[in-house]
Amino acid sequence: MNDIRHVFELDAEVTCRQMENTSTPVKQPAQISCYHCGERCEEEILHHEGKDFCCAGCKTVYDVLSENDLCDYYDLSDAPGSNRRKENTRTNRFDYLDDTEVRDKLVDYQDEKQIHVTFYVPLIHCASCIWLLENLHRLHEGVVDSRVNFMEKKVQIRFLKAEIGLKELVALMAGIGYEPRINLSDMVQQKNHSVDRKLVYQLAVAGFCFGNMMFFSLPEYFSEAELLGQGFRELFRYLNVVLALPVFFYSASDYYRNAWYSLKNRSIGMEVPIVLGIVTLFTFSLYEIFLAGQEGYLDTLGGLLFFLLLGKLYQQKTFDTLSFDRDYTSYFPIGVSKLTQNTEQVIPLTKVQVGDRIRVRNEELVPADSVLLDEVATIDYSFVTGEEVPVLVKKGALVYAGGRQKGAAIQLLVQKSPSQGYLTDLWNNEAFSKNEQEDSLASLATRISGKFTFTVLLIAFGALSYWSFYDFSMGIRAFTAVLIITCPCALAMSTPFTLGNVMRIFGKRGFYLKNTQVIEKLAGLDTLVFDKTGTLTSPSKARVHYQGESLSEETRAVVKALVNHSIHPLSNRINRWLGSVPAVELEQVEEIPGKGLRAVYKSQSLVLGSASFAGMKASPQARSAGNEVHLVIEGVHLGTFYIESGIRQGMEEMIPALATNYSLHLLSGDQDHEKTELEKKLGTALRMHFQQSPKDKLNQIQQLREGGHRVLMVGDGLNDAGALKAGHVGIAVTENISHFSPASDAILDGEKLRHLPAYLDFAKLGRKIIKSSFGLSFTYNALGIYFAVQGLVSPVFCAILMPASSISVVLFTTLATNYFARRKGMNEKTELRWK
Amino acid sequence: MEVIFVLIGISLAMAGGFLWLFFKAMKGGQFDDQHTPAMRILFERKTHKKHTTNKKTPKNTK
Repeated sequence: MNDIRHVFELDAEVTCRQMENTSTPVKQPAQISCYHCGERCEEEILHHEGKDFCCAGCKTVYDVLSENDLCDYYDLSDAPGSNRRKENTRTNRFDYLDDTEVRDKLVDYQDEKQIHVTFYVPLIHCASCIWLLENLHRLHEGVVDSRVNFMEKKVQIRFLKAEIGLKELVALMAGIGYEPRINLSDMVQQKNHSVDRKLVYQLAVAGFCFGNMMFFSLPEYFSEAELLGQGFRELFRYLNVVLALPVFFYSASDYYRNAWYSLKNRSIGMEVPIVLGIVTLFTFSLYEIFLAGQEGYLDTLGGLLFFLLLGKLYQQKTFDTLSFDRDYTSYFPIGVSKLTQNTEQVIPLTKVQVGDRIRVRNEELVPADSVLLDEVATIDYSFVTGEEVPVLVKKGALVYAGGRQKGAAIQLLVQKSPSQGYLTDLWNNEAFSKNEQEDSLASLATRISGKFTFTVLLIAFGALSYWSFYDFSMGIRAFTAVLIITCPCALAMSTPFTLGNVMRIFGKRGFYLKNTQVIEKLAGLDTLVFDKTGTLTSPSKARVHYQGESLSEETRAVVKALVNHSIHPLSNRINRWLGSVPAVELEQVEEIPGKGLRAVYKSQSLVLGSASFAGMKASPQARSAGNEVHLVIEGVHLGTFYIESGIRQGMEEMIPALATNYSLHLLSGDQDHEKTELEKKLGTALRMHFQQSPKDKLNQIQQLREGGHRVLMVGDGLNDAGALKAGHVGIAVTENISHFSPASDAILDGEKLRHLPAYLDFAKLGRKIIKSSFGLSFTYNALGIYFAVQGLVSPVFCAILMPASSISVVLFTTLATNYFARRKGMNEKTELRWK
Repeated sequence: MEVIFVLIGISLAMAGGFLWLFFKAMKGGQFDDQHTPAMRILFERKTHKKHTTNKKTPKNTK
């Protein structure tokens, strides 16, 4: 049920486009648009209180709002509502919310009186939505208050248990057009509400202490000037020690933990040299202040932590509105209609048992593998296999979970529990049990830090042993100075700032990454694997060719009327191709699922459908350009519609461009009838594999990986979920970023797929920038070491060199990434699309 | 010059106070949603204005 809205929006888009295409120059009578939803009133116009409505649904919502004096809703934005024509009005569909187990899992908090619950409402798109949802208490007194988070499209509602139940609340929201989307994942997943704010606290503490320590260290910087007396000096030093304690014990605590973990794993991460530097700085400063009566380097310690944490925070950019870890539970509804004797009961999916009889309506998802009890069903498996043409299922055959029924309601007998179906089985694959794959593409910084630490220790001990011949205390000074000065602050900061910036630039361009590690992985790829349907091809770009006798106006009108009767995708495409031809009245229209349409017009028999259905042999010349639909009138074959899945714009250039640097593969769940057509358009560099089940795709990727390739998978549907997970990087392509997409490392706007080569290049460039900023910070370190081994490092020197090196590295990476982004045309205006 | 001791105390206390306030705001979730409040404040005012003026029927959409 989850994607119903998606389908509707597509439909709406289609109708809109049709109307645009065919708007005739002849001035039509002024179009009346609905006061509630803003769509044009086509079928009927309801006049009510001086306003026009396109359907009874929209009018009802208006009535509810006007009764409660909530008409401000219409003032805040023009026609803010959603179209209600196709709204599901079945009253019992929320019954599963009465189940206490379901309720307990959905709510955030409850006591004897109140319940707090957070709903995801995908429809939130404007100020009116916020206003109305935050005024829910005016619609029902049981609602205490409600708060909308616009970016996350969530509304948090507190309500009184005694006044209104969860089911009534959801029904109330659905009644005004804001139906929350409640999926199985809301029940299965643990609610994670505690936002991780620790880093911000650590940063705030470090910033506070750093600022004050610099303030108290100021007299030391100008020690020659003797600004203050000895008493002040001592006081300032002790104050610095006090201020350094929270920095050392709180702000830096994560570094100790990570360093310890990486040592336990017998690797030397970037944290190890950092911790080495921090500990040396702190202990040596304490020694200087309390025993040697000198000033110490505590201000440098504060600055170091402040900049390091700042870099960490910068890298932590997340895209709140996107979710990168959805599995099948995010697609499955909670409520299932179970049939007992002759009554229907909506129960939670988790309570569905083997042997239950369930009913699945038009556009609803089959929740578990089951046997069909009705005569026929048309199941759309595009979700599972990527094949977009619905499959005809006969009585007694197995229907797999994840299929979507198209047409009349069907009855099914459940064979397997929902968690063990064909589709869900994919998630039991080991690719999903691994949390984060450890792979050969470890980050540059990690690889370099081992050598770095070793070299630093070598130099430090070298300096110690050299000076020890002359003056042991001097040796200790030089030893600590080397450790302090080489603390890889600049080194550690170049990676987060570069990657954080690259990620932001990608985000502006419609390419959203899960985290910054993905960039480094993108830079090291050598094999790209694409899914076909929905990725390289786009259903809305489908092209229709007609061959045969030319169609007269009347024939067009007849075909239009025929395809109007069908929801089959091929019918939809022919319908779109025909444009806005006035349809004629037909008699005895009959759709034979999976075959075609039959009707009578002016006592002539019409047949539109597959070759065998139209009474023809499979077409001999086999254009193999996709699906064929034959038109036969009175037994005479008039012509054939050839429908090919439209290749996305820019793919013809993109694939050959990528072929020079990468080996390319295509995995499709479809039949191979489009192979030659695709080869002609995309070139032969793309190796194609057809009829791949979701598991096959996963295995293909794993084979490639075992062959030593570094693989990127680009896919769109749940059927690619396994492959997306198995690849080094998985990119989910989606038509609309706020829609569902399977678990992946990155989400890419479908329109932007043609920029993929540029993204990959830019990721590589990011790597180069990191490398050159490493070079820069090594230069600083070499300079520092030169003075350090001679024992010439003073607190002032440290206080200047260390922040200067950090800031210059940050500046360098930020400017370099932005400069190259502009040169490559990557800096476009932010595009945010709601709805 | 002894006044500096007092001034230092005051300055530290003030800075610490701001740090504490920041922590409090952070815990209260003030920085969690930075978009909705900006929109909310706009229509609050609009609603208010509407109540002061006489109710007129909303104009028809284009």
